[in-house]
Amino acid sequence: MNDRDRRSYWLRIAAAVAFVLILVAIVDAASHGAFLQPSNIVRVLRQITYNCVLGVGQTFVIITGGIDLSVGSLVALTGVVAALFANAVHLSGFPLIALTLIVAVGVGAFAGWVNALPVVKLNLPPFITTLAMLEMALGASFILSHGRPVALQSGDFQNTGIGSFLGGVTRALHLPSIPVPVIWMLIVIIVASVLLTRTRFGRYVFAIGGNEEAARLAGINVARVKTFVYVISGACAAIVGFLYMALFSSGSPQTGTGDELLESIAAVVVGGTSLTGGRGSVIGTFFGALLIGVLYNAMNLLNVDSYLQKVLLGAVILLAVVLDELRKRYLARSV
Amino acid sequence: MSAPLLEMSGIAKSFPGVRALSDVSLTLEGGEVHVLVGENGAGKSTLMKILAGALQADQGQIAIDGAPIRIESPQAAQRLGIGMIYQEFTLVPQLTAPANISLGSEPTQGGLIDGAAVRSRATRALDELGLQIPLDVPVSHLSVGQQQLVEIAKVLARSARIIVMDEPTAALSDREIERLFAIVGRLRAGGAGIIYISHRLEELARIADRVTVLRDGKVVTTRDARDFPVDEIVRAMVGRQLDAHFPELANPPPDAPVRLEVRHLTRKPVVNDVSFSVRAGEIVGLAGLIGAGRTEIVRAIAGADRPDAGQILIDGSPLQFADIGDAIAAGVAFITEDRKAQGLVLGMTVRENVTLAHLAEFVDRDLLIDLAREREATNRMVTELRIRTPSIEQLVRNLSGGTQQKVVLAKWLLGNARVFLFDEPTRGIDVGAKAEIYKIMLDLTARGAAIVMVSSDLPEALGMANRVLVVRGGRIAAEFSRAEATPDKVISVATGAAA
Repeated sequence: MNDRDRRSYWLRIAAAVAFVLILVAIVDAASHGAFLQPSNIVRVLRQITYNCVLGVGQTFVIITGGIDLSVGSLVALTGVVAALFANAVHLSGFPLIALTLIVAVGVGAFAGWVNALPVVKLNLPPFITTLAMLEMALGASFILSHGRPVALQSGDFQNTGIGSFLGGVTRALHLPSIPVPVIWMLIVIIVASVLLTRTRFGRYVFAIGGNEEAARLAGINVARVKTFVYVISGACAAIVGFLYMALFSSGSPQTGTGDELLESIAAVVVGGTSLTGGRGSVIGTFFGALLIGVLYNAMNLLNVDSYLQKVLLGAVILLAVVLDELRKRYLARSV
Repeated sequence: MSAPLLEMSGIAKSFPGVRALSDVSLTLEGGEVHVLVGENGAGKSTLMKILAGALQADQGQIAIDGAPIRIESPQAAQRLGIGMIYQEFTLVPQLTAPANISLGSEPTQGGLIDGAAVRSRATRALDELGLQIPLDVPVSHLSVGQQQLVEIAKVLARSARIIVMDEPTAALSDREIERLFAIVGRLRAGGAGIIYISHRLEELARIADRVTVLRDGKVVTTRDARDFPVDEIVRAMVGRQLDAHFPELANPPPDAPVRLEVRHLTRKPVVNDVSFSVRAGEIVGLAGLIGAGRTEIVRAIAGADRPDAGQILIDGSPLQFADIGDAIAAGVAFITEDRKAQGLVLGMTVRENVTLAHLAEFVDRDLLIDLAREREATNRMVTELRIRTPSIEQLVRNLSGGTQQKVVLAKWLLGNARVFLFDEPTRGIDVGAKAEIYKIMLDLTARGAAIVMVSSDLPEALGMANRVLVVRGGRIAAEFSRAEATPDKVISVATGAAA
């Protein structure tokens, strides 16, 4: 990160924090203190977990200048496959959970690889290839589940889905319990952030998004890097599919096919990742998802009509990207 | 005496922290070619952007035909008859020449575009220039030279009387340059005023009526071209006397090992059975017209394109075809023609660009990039190549052309490459930076590197090479030693005037 990026980065964080604080103060007063209850804050984090993890995978794809429209369907497909697998094997406890997760991630990663294949081999636009995957994965999840949720026979996933992390400790300290999925989200964020900012692969992701030809002529295996970003996105979708399956104790072909795709992309873009590629961050995506989550939560506490909530959400997304653009122009002028 | 066609007086412009222009005055008469020269950063572009309405001056007046005017936007500039021909073209590649020429001002009939009028307008503009260009194909199918002619026709079709040409010959072959000069002559005869920006000083005597030299945002002098010899122009530009244009080249000892050998390299239809070799410490120049196949030869060596046949050996061992990674591992460095499109990631920092091709060397336990070592290596290159950047964390987008080119060089020097392929190494960079690039090339040969240099700048191709190979129609048509090579000989071979 250079000085200017760093300045713009902190300015963005500061602006986001200020925005959130003002919102918090207003909403907390209006909701008679319900908003700032620790239990409510934890609730927001739990709610953003799924879109945030999807957004983290999508961040890699978008920085290379691509897009992955298939993640919502992959959530459904991997959830169904994971539930079928868990019901079919005679295992229990940790081996069951670990193997089911591996199978789900394997399916998601494979779908990501299929997404990437025509993109890197034939230079087809990812918009189309991942749109095709969206349809195929959705259809496959309906076929596999016969259109009905696949109920889990084992109760071993309960802790993963709705359990608390170190529940005894938080209870003893009179803290709100931390849901296990939130811990998953934090792990994904940390791993993805290190991958993107500190490894060769991450550097190459930015280089390809910034100038693919220069990256190729520098000896970077562009096809391999691009393939891997779709694999990561598919794997993140699979983690979400797995967590949803654990949460609902079933794998449903309907899960993930609603607002997840577009709201996770919104989190990425609101978080400062450029849709034209070359710029972005995992942390930004977390803040983007947080902004959207806080907004929903506040509107619920204030009893805002649920149809109106959509209108306001759209307006806030627009406002966020307009402010970001104005900030960029301001910085460009002052250098 | 009547008022001049264009008069800019007392123009000043500051950017935060930089005074780009101070008290600059410039006049342009109808029927005059006024050449503007200066090193990169001297203020030429800023001045022309003000004239084009892309920037607003902080102070100063502009008058056309004696009437004071304000140029608030590029559209306003167009209405006032100011036409810009930029180095980077502003054509829509998928549209035909007529569609491009009328773009934004299409004649309509009943609300629909009048195709016949679009075409006749293009024909008229091209006739005026005495040109014939295919009208029915997308301009992306035309050569660079033809595309530039379309740009000129586009400006003419908008009745421009003040025409600014920014480095118009940078991408042209010698024959295309001749044609451009003929067109400039025609426009001048027609009463237009032309502001012509160029780094190629040897062109000036051919076309300039007056020359204005800018340095550090100020006008150094404006003089008649007839009594302003090139060495004096150079002195005015840099503010000091430059040494001889090209340094002395030492020939490699006769027993120097062959670093690069190309055997029967063929890539249809642009490269046909090309064979040559370069020894350690030697610079071989590839001269020829644009499109002769020179770039394609070096791209095939670098692994960027897949040849049909032939063999490429580095220090005696054959290279894999179309494998950039193998070429880099074997010590091949390819400094591309278009540094912005192919050489650099403009939105990344100096550090990230410098280490991009050799990032594996800065990784600990195959996992994380060691930032401290990366910074240290980048700082070393910045010092060694005297890269003028405020910090290694500066985005390369914000650096001048010459400095950017040094960043590209740093990227390849970092990896101890032994074979350097330079494609137009000094295009669009100023005199001072050129001399430094030449110095770096000499240092490389002194360390035993072999250099292949593609250059359309004939003095450079002759002055900076131990041997010159003239490429024509994808073949090596002739070879000259430095002592034998003269501009006449090379041009006559390159154009096919001599066998």
